[in-house]
Amino acid sequence: MSKQGARPVRVTVNQRTVDVPAGVTVATMLLDAGIWSTRTSVHGEPRGPLCGMGVCFECRVTIDGVSAQRACLVAVRDGIRVETATARTSDGER
Amino acid sequence: MTDSDRLQTGLAVIGAGPAGIAAAVAAAGCAVDVVVLDRGLEPGGQIWRHRAGAPVPRVASQWLARFERSGAQLLRGTAVIDVRGTANRIEIIADQGGRALHVHARDVVLATGARELFVPFPGWTLPGVLGVGGAQALLKSGASFAGQRIVVAGSGPLLLPVAASLAHAGAHLVAVAEQAGGAAVARFGAGLWRSPGLVAQAMRYRARFLGTRYRTGTWVTAAHGTDRLTHVTLTDGARTWDERADVLCTGYGLVPNIEIARLVGCATERGTVVVDERQVTTIPRVYAVGEATGIGGAPLAIVEGTLAGLAVASPRALPASLVRQRTALRQAAARMHEAFALRPEIRTLATRDTIVCRCEDVPLGAVQSARCARQGKLYTRAGMGPCQGRICGPALELLLGWGEDTVRSPVEPTSISVLRADASEATGAFMSGHQDASPSSLTTGARQ
Repeated sequence: MSKQGARPVRVTVNQRTVDVPAGVTVATMLLDAGIWSTRTSVHGEPRGPLCGMGVCFECRVTIDGVSAQRACLVAVRDGIRVETATARTSDGER
Repeated sequence: MTDSDRLQTGLAVIGAGPAGIAAAVAAAGCAVDVVVLDRGLEPGGQIWRHRAGAPVPRVASQWLARFERSGAQLLRGTAVIDVRGTANRIEIIADQGGRALHVHARDVVLATGARELFVPFPGWTLPGVLGVGGAQALLKSGASFAGQRIVVAGSGPLLLPVAASLAHAGAHLVAVAEQAGGAAVARFGAGLWRSPGLVAQAMRYRARFLGTRYRTGTWVTAAHGTDRLTHVTLTDGARTWDERADVLCTGYGLVPNIEIARLVGCATERGTVVVDERQVTTIPRVYAVGEATGIGGAPLAIVEGTLAGLAVASPRALPASLVRQRTALRQAAARMHEAFALRPEIRTLATRDTIVCRCEDVPLGAVQSARCARQGKLYTRAGMGPCQGRICGPALELLLGWGEDTVRSPVEPTSISVLRADASEATGAFMSGHQDASPSSLTTGARQ
């Protein structure tokens, strides 16, 4: 997959700052960063993206403070803040 | 200040994949006002998925260029929540990033595409287990997979291009396993003599991963790992063995997305929308095209979309050449379904402890005593999570023989602000959508 010549964007993932190519989705950005688990299930099992197209809802993450965003449907932007549920200490969000 | 945006148009097309694009181009070419709604960031659906500015295959780029020139209006990031009708027009309620959008149209084309069929097996919920189409979607959205050990184990022609793309991206393809038997696959390959272009394409895909055996009659029985996939168990019916893997791509074909069609009251048969020769469903002014009428790939989707777009524009007879192409492509699709039919062993992989509803963490053992989807929901919440039964529904139909439950709006999870904006539009009653999907509820606008 050829990466574009466009300037990379700076995103924050679980409080860590990374530079990623412009235009990729949050889901692919997470996978490439080695983060394969986006949420925990009802009984606390780790889960990650499955369908890649916005149907399964396994890739739910919090983006810029808004929860339950499907990572596979959101493109990265400069300054975006992404948090996966597995990084949270509170158990309010699945 | 209004709570929602409103749009009037002649034709609303739901879905900007090949079928929706073809319908929009055909109708717009006959001077029909067209609005296309799509959940995604870019047009192209799944098969023509691409990042903005990234290269696309020639056929896709030609159609995307035609679409751009057509004058049809594309609404990106727009998910349809509800569809209703009155005697004269159809109203689509959509969620555009948390904001309600009301589209009023004379006709609507449902080009809602398909999703992957997943059949549960032990370990399938581990991070690192993706769909075959899922892997392709992620690749096309920019995922790398370079250096990852990957097993591709599923069914259907989709295995080839995905294996090829993964190999091209630098993945280490450990195994490629097709569950259909060698004889069936060989017969299918031989039957492609009518389409030498397809044969050439298949050979080009295969050439990209020549270092890996393409095993037929082979399927995955379990995925293993603690927090992430570590290895996969494969079998060919005689021998069983494990492969170390970082990623497992698995999926057993496609399931048409017919929720909106069922919401509106269209007749469906064996999971596909019933249409006549002009692609009209059993509800007047509602058309269905592409995978929704039966899985058949992009060329058939383009033909059906074009026919529907022309039919919307004019009552004239449709071009005979297109009608012939549709027939030939449907016959080819039928041959494909036959060749890649699911073997019975796949249906018996899930154990009592295997999760069947991923959203609500329901194992097969908890739900298998239920006789239907409605009972399953009442006993266990299976099917009541955010995917609204899209993942577990087809699986439980296969495993337990359940039929589908009724479809009610919202057909996608949406925010209160969108539902409230809709309620304020309605005359008094709280928005509840259709209680029973019956033909009259769309044309007369009757709501309960």
